[in-house]
Amino acid sequence: MGIRFILMVNKQGQTRLAQYYEYLTLEERRALEGEIVRKCLARNEQQCSFVEHRNYKIVYRRYASLFFLVGVDNEENELAILEFIHLLVETMDRHFGNVCELDIMFHLEKAHFMLEEMVMNGCIVETSKSNILAPIQLMDKSS
Amino acid sequence: MNPFSSGTRLRDMIRAIRACKTAAEERAVVRKECAAIRAAINENDQDYRHRNLAKLMFIHMLGYPTHFGQMECLKLIASAGFPEKRIGYLGLMLLLDERQEVLMLVTNSLKQDLNHTNQYIVGLALCALGNICSAEMARDLAPEVERLLQFRDPNIRKKAALCSIRIIKKVPDLAENFINPTASLLKEKHHGVLITGVQLCTDLCKVSPEALEFFRNKCTDGLVKTLRDMVNSPYAPEYDIAGITDPFLHIRLLRLLRVLGQGDADASDSMNDILAQVATKTESNKNAGNAILYECVETIMSIEDNGGLRVLAINILGRFLSNRDNNIRYVALNMLMKAITVDTQAVQRHRATILECVKDSDASIRKRALELVYLLVNESNVKPLTKELVDYLEVSDQEFKGDLTAKICSIVSKFSPEKIWYIDQMLKVLSEAGNFVKDEVWHALVVVISNASDLHGYTVRALYRAFQTSAEQECLVRVAVWCIGEYGDLLVNNVGMLDIEDPITVTESDAVDVIEIAIKSHTSDLTTKAMAFVALLKLSSRFPSCSERIKDIIVHYKGSLVLELQQRAIEFNSIIMKHQNIRSALVERMPVLDEATFIGKRAGSIPATVSTPTAGSINMPNGIAKPSAAPLVDLLDLSSDDAPAPSSSGGDFLQDLLGVDLLSSSKTSGVNAVSQNGTDALLDLLSIGSPPVQSSPSAHDILSASQDNKTSVSPLDGLSSPSYPNQSTSAGVTPVMDLLGGFAADPPKPEDNGSAYPSLVAFESSSLKIVFNFSKPPGNPQTTLVQAEFTNLSSDNYTDFVFQAAVPKFLQLHLDPASSNTLPASGNGVVTQSLKVTNSQHGKKSLVMRIRIAYKINNKDVLEEGQVNNFPRGL
Repeated sequence: MGIRFILMVNKQGQTRLAQYYEYLTLEERRALEGEIVRKCLARNEQQCSFVEHRNYKIVYRRYASLFFLVGVDNEENELAILEFIHLLVETMDRHFGNVCELDIMFHLEKAHFMLEEMVMNGCIVETSKSNILAPIQLMDKSS
Repeated sequence: MNPFSSGTRLRDMIRAIRACKTAAEERAVVRKECAAIRAAINENDQDYRHRNLAKLMFIHMLGYPTHFGQMECLKLIASAGFPEKRIGYLGLMLLLDERQEVLMLVTNSLKQDLNHTNQYIVGLALCALGNICSAEMARDLAPEVERLLQFRDPNIRKKAALCSIRIIKKVPDLAENFINPTASLLKEKHHGVLITGVQLCTDLCKVSPEALEFFRNKCTDGLVKTLRDMVNSPYAPEYDIAGITDPFLHIRLLRLLRVLGQGDADASDSMNDILAQVATKTESNKNAGNAILYECVETIMSIEDNGGLRVLAINILGRFLSNRDNNIRYVALNMLMKAITVDTQAVQRHRATILECVKDSDASIRKRALELVYLLVNESNVKPLTKELVDYLEVSDQEFKGDLTAKICSIVSKFSPEKIWYIDQMLKVLSEAGNFVKDEVWHALVVVISNASDLHGYTVRALYRAFQTSAEQECLVRVAVWCIGEYGDLLVNNVGMLDIEDPITVTESDAVDVIEIAIKSHTSDLTTKAMAFVALLKLSSRFPSCSERIKDIIVHYKGSLVLELQQRAIEFNSIIMKHQNIRSALVERMPVLDEATFIGKRAGSIPATVSTPTAGSINMPNGIAKPSAAPLVDLLDLSSDDAPAPSSSGGDFLQDLLGVDLLSSSKTSGVNAVSQNGTDALLDLLSIGSPPVQSSPSAHDILSASQDNKTSVSPLDGLSSPSYPNQSTSAGVTPVMDLLGGFAADPPKPEDNGSAYPSLVAFESSSLKIVFNFSKPPGNPQTTLVQAEFTNLSSDNYTDFVFQAAVPKFLQLHLDPASSNTLPASGNGVVTQSLKVTNSQHGKKSLVMRIRIAYKINNKDVLEEGQVNNFPRGL
């Protein structure tokens, strides 16, 4: 299992989406998120997109005011995760049309459904944007 | 009906939370919402259940407890509609985890949904199961998942594949059921099914050797072909990233090939061509291509050796390493770490570039590079590499200095070719980053210096110079203070001058200046100041001309509010004032510290023998230098192994002991007080290890009270050695474990009233033998009467003979007075003493006892101690 958690965090360091693929207690999550956010947000554009923290490697990428942070284990291909973040953002873009922080906040459950179609138990399920979005759009239409 | 389109109140809540200016406001809003949701749950409100759950998920994301909503998830999952189920399953995955009992209730719903006619509902159930499945659920639901691997819709097959990964990880026994269905997944064309199938296959190979064997034989060629088709496939818009079709699938395939090829020459051979093709043909100007190259290199490095491919891979890493993109350089360093086990020479070629990366502005890259350099160091390149690292230490970031210092120290001590080089490098590190150096590192340095007798002069002069420029580095100050105290005369007289040294002129008063600065500096901590006091005392004897000045400095601290300093000042002052005749013997140079013992201690290989510290002031004239802390650590280490404190409450135990400690060696004379202080390490050891002398509290009180009267000089608490509180507590905890562990192994013994027990030699040294004879009073199995016989094996009479014993809390001990306090020489008479031990855990635990014997030979104090744990069973 490669991906341990996915976080979306705004510039102020507030969590906007958190999906964990391993069990952490609420307190552990809060502490972990705080530490990671402090570490990653302090870095500049030129520095690399990988930060080692505890036993995780955080691969992160910034899109406008939103940071996408993916925690992986040591075996994972960091560059591929970077590409995966981009795929995630493109998928959300296609659905929301230029996705922004508010889209994710007010449609938290949809963002989660999309993520469900892409990652399950820390593994990648699907890499085609239309395959990912098909079930979600179908649901939207039917309701 | 969409639960969210009408959910204006969810939006309202999010807006309200967003509008909060402070965390307190946010908490207030969340608390109000949670109260409302709880109320709705209690009323079993159906209409808003999904909306409430959506709110709870948001609240959960913010990091507030939401356990009260867990049952709502189950209710939603059990409802018929898809939207309710969907939000219910999402809540299940977010709010619950596999450890909760509630999860058991959901197994049935999951089973029903896995068999549902609506494939989307099946998909929901699979997804939930894949994320939260526990071992029991895995056993219950594995047949359903197995069947779904052959479902007609590929979207279900791919989810079933990932669900299977979770199942076989939870219950590896189930792996064999999945081997055949997985093999057919690998032949699919649908990318989603293929990528999940490949991942399932990789995990199967990890949990089951049979699966690995099966896939290696049956599927390697097929997978190679799949990868070849992928690499050569025409443009596929749906999966294209930067001109490459589905790089994610590429990477998973390469990873599976790696697992199959590892340790198998045939399989490795069959994938050579395709790996070479990927390594040469993949575009390296985009991230996606580099990701594939990176994975390919790792596969080449892991599978069985093929010289040509390895060269190709190392070249790719070389290219990565010189890339301008920091991400690429990071992964190159990461991969070189793995490559180093395969081909050290190839990695060594990039040493210069890697060394540059240590100085990068990016912390992640620096860290990787430093780890790599650490692995690259060997005997032949240690000098230039260390020089580079030490030079860089001067300019590195503050937050990096800790890591860097630790690594340099480790390299230097591991590979140092000669002592002078080791000392030089350590002094450089101490001067640059002395505040980051760990205690054990400078302890080790002190031990090495002490052993390098021909370098004492050189070292102390170098330290003196370093101190002039870097007096703010705590650890440097400590080492300098220690060395000047020990070897101050060599500093002043330029003894043992090496050719490479510049001559310096240091007067005696210059040397004392250094110590004075260390004492007066507000940055010095207690340990440093305490060490400085000892150094002053030593110098007062070595430099008679400065004696008066040293006395003034010491006198100044007689009123110090810090007890440790006050005590040292008072005691040392009394030595200088009243005991000139013994001072020079007292402050002689430390004997050479035993390097082997020290290293042994650090490695944790502590011999099981009980040390018998002897606390006479003459026997240990250099005891005063103990605070140099290297030997102190030794002792504490020993104590943690040998001196178990048999009490579960280590804390109050220690306090108990403070009063008792004085017993043996604290006598009124100043000399003894000093020796005590000097050897406070020893006493520390005792205070940690030995339980109260008498377990009945009243006796103990009396003892410590009488002690109070006798102790005119040192305050009671002084002995607890405040300078090393950390060590003492940590050491205090371990023995507790030790001893209890030892007890637990003893099986209960049947009662055995009044029977005879063999005598036991409780203690035997070259000078003293103690024999215990046992008897049981009839009708009281818990009590044992012990008759202790002491025999003097030496040729001198022992006077003021005192035997003390201590026992853990489950025992009660009563000591009768000894038959005499004088023990005649050469075994010409025996002193006896009766002990009564009551074992409250009789039949469960055996007796155990710590003993301490104090006596005088020709008016010299001697202290011996030991532990008796070979009592006959059943006492």
